[in-house]
Amino acid sequence: MSLDPSYLEYPHRRPGMDHALYPYSNLFTRPPIAWPAGKSVAIWPVISLEWFPMVPSDTPFRAPGHMQTAYPDYRHYTAREYGTRIGLFRLLDAFEAVGAKVSVACNGAIATRYPAIIEALQAGGHEIIAHSTDMNGTIASGLAEGEESALIAGSLDALEAASGTRPRGWLSIARSQSFNTPRLLAEAGVAYMCDWVNDELPYAMSTEAGAIVNVPLNHELSDRQIINVQQQSVDSYAQQMRDAYGWLANEAQTHGGRMLPLHLTPYIMGLPYRIDAFEGLVRWLAEQPGAWFATGSDILDHWSAQE
Amino acid sequence: MEAVHVDPQLYDFSPWRGRPKVRWPGGKSCAVWVAPNLEFYELDPPANPHRKSWTKPHPDVVGYAHRDHANRVGHWRMADVMTRHGFPGSVSLSVALCDHIPEVVEDARQRGWEFFSHGIYNTRYSYGMDEAQERSIIEDSIATVQRATGQRIRGWLAPALTHTPRTLDLIAEYGLDYTCDLYHDDQPTDVKTASGRLTAIPYSLEVNDHYGFFIYNMSPRDYADTLIRQFERLAKEGEAQDGPGGTVMCIPLHSYLIGQPHRIGPFEEVLRHIANDGRAWIATAGEIVDAWREQQP
Repeated sequence: MSLDPSYLEYPHRRPGMDHALYPYSNLFTRPPIAWPAGKSVAIWPVISLEWFPMVPSDTPFRAPGHMQTAYPDYRHYTAREYGTRIGLFRLLDAFEAVGAKVSVACNGAIATRYPAIIEALQAGGHEIIAHSTDMNGTIASGLAEGEESALIAGSLDALEAASGTRPRGWLSIARSQSFNTPRLLAEAGVAYMCDWVNDELPYAMSTEAGAIVNVPLNHELSDRQIINVQQQSVDSYAQQMRDAYGWLANEAQTHGGRMLPLHLTPYIMGLPYRIDAFEGLVRWLAEQPGAWFATGSDILDHWSAQE
Repeated sequence: MEAVHVDPQLYDFSPWRGRPKVRWPGGKSCAVWVAPNLEFYELDPPANPHRKSWTKPHPDVVGYAHRDHANRVGHWRMADVMTRHGFPGSVSLSVALCDHIPEVVEDARQRGWEFFSHGIYNTRYSYGMDEAQERSIIEDSIATVQRATGQRIRGWLAPALTHTPRTLDLIAEYGLDYTCDLYHDDQPTDVKTASGRLTAIPYSLEVNDHYGFFIYNMSPRDYADTLIRQFERLAKEGEAQDGPGGTVMCIPLHSYLIGQPHRIGPFEEVLRHIANDGRAWIATAGEIVDAWREQQP
């Protein structure tokens, strides 16, 4: 028994990364970044707002949270809709009570189906990030390039038609990309994407269609990871966010501005038995002298101005 | 198909009761070593017929980027906390990291850490290798780490824990002193090999941060509590009059996990606790193997 000789060849073994998307960079040796008013930690809430068609697509893969039972899966369809009808507004109330603006990563279908949501987001001064067309709009290798670029355009067009503003940001479903995605997003004029979780501050990627910034949306700190996947309580979640904030605020004293992304799912965090603890966390964060609640675009613009 | 054996004949049986006592320097009851895995994962590695590299089609953006967080962010945070409390690392190294990101390897070297091999990449597996292929990754490991750090590697943790039946014989033949791949004991054990001398040092899957966070789904504070309980028990058994003598506790880490902002604070409290306890001999893997061997007949 032996392996093909090519298995012991390493064509990309060289200084730097094994791809050309971005160079290696150490967070702790970069010039420190300054947030407005001398704040130390940018709190970046991102609410994913999703519509799951009752007939799921597995091409290229089935989105997390999608239908699970034989048709008709009313339990999952309606439980997700609970988040859209109620949970979202509980989350918005929590943030608006402390004057915070948030980013909402929105399926295009949300804008088409529920214009009242777009109006509420605009009235609150929140940012809309493009989050594919609907929850059948997953991306991975195997999706034809034409289909992927149509999906990106379809999402941006639907959100622009409903809101009057073309989204500057993009979040892929499950943060899943193909090898083409950064280039296709740059071609579509997207200023930043949120999918790569390898850093804790924005950084630039280069593609054949020009640069695109990645603003990392830490999946380890998401309600989906901590509450759904790891099955921890909302009290533990809130404790973990306070621990993270404390560490980052301390680090900011010596290394410059830091970011704490709060990735939220209305049908997970917006439930009656969880929302009180979450509101408590938002109030606690708002009381911290170094906290700066910011949208993805706010963070991008302050970072870009210092590059 | 190569021969397989129901009993791998790795070591002699030795029950926890009635062993000769192990003594650690300074009369300490528990030798504690920290094993940061400094790794490099490839975005688009070739396929091994026995195991997939990534669970998703390439590029697995979350899988890859999560691990890349280690080199950009997590390592620096974890290493500072270790140094602050006096814990050296015994590094489980994807040796290609010496080529890709020498900054991380050099940082570990300057902190006085010890290096052993964890294969070339954590996306290249030993399953299915013939003897010549396996020799080539051992020779590559020895030469690459020697060139990058000046150290001759003394240990091995199989890349992504992938072995062949000849791995232990081969690393012993090349003069490596310890393996981290066997989980049968809380003290060092000699392993039966065709030539040379190879000692199994207790590493750990059970209190590995990967198990803590992704198998047992612990919160950061629960994982910290787990490590403290592990230490307290091993330190207590290590000082018992009728016990086996000094024990070994390993804390295996991946900085893309422990170096996350919600985890590093509780973890720092663990190191503070162990450093202040007084019963811990804080050491490297090589120091533990050497101290143990000096006591063997």
